[in-house]
Amino acid sequence: MIVVEAVVSLLLVFSGIVVFSSALGLYRLPDFFMRMHAPALLYTVGTWSVTLASILHFSFATGSLALHVWLVIVLLSITAPVTTVLLARAALFRGRQAGQQDLPEPLASSPAEGPVAR
Amino acid sequence: MTLLSAAATLTLVLYALSAIVTLLRLFRGPRAQDRVVALDFIFMVAMLVLLVLAIRYDSAMYFEAALLMALFGFVSSAALAKFLLRGEVIE
Repeated sequence: MIVVEAVVSLLLVFSGIVVFSSALGLYRLPDFFMRMHAPALLYTVGTWSVTLASILHFSFATGSLALHVWLVIVLLSITAPVTTVLLARAALFRGRQAGQQDLPEPLASSPAEGPVAR
Repeated sequence: MTLLSAAATLTLVLYALSAIVTLLRLFRGPRAQDRVVALDFIFMVAMLVLLVLAIRYDSAMYFEAALLMALFGFVSSAALAKFLLRGEVIE
């Protein structure tokens, strides 16, 4: 049992360190598009290690496999990319509207000014 | 104090520190999309706090709250991103 407890503790502390470095990245990176990459660390490694710790702990506490926490990973792996893409498109649109210069060119197939606000 | 509760406390302290650092970004954020990213991040940190509390207090009741938190975090940041993109949430 002490081995399981040690592994669970290790996973928890690891996720704490990962989440803290992700927050530092969110705070310190200079540009919005760089800053968007920092939370991905939380969405993947941080959540995975906490969920693995939870599965291990509850499986050994109850004596049967407790996989329900896995739902959090499934939900996050579906929703996090959607949020990221929507926010990146919003940032591109707002940057073009504000006349920001260091943005990538619009794709040839898309309208030049991006989506038009109605 | 057992090893597990000490580790849970240390993890919660690290989460609190990262939430504070993200709050700085939320207040400073030069544009609205920075604030939305920071808000989403704080939401996910709160969800992780609930999962760690479930391990700490050995209770299965926190899991539903964490799942709801992940869902509402996604809905709120998707709505905010849509608002930034179109100036309207539902057209």
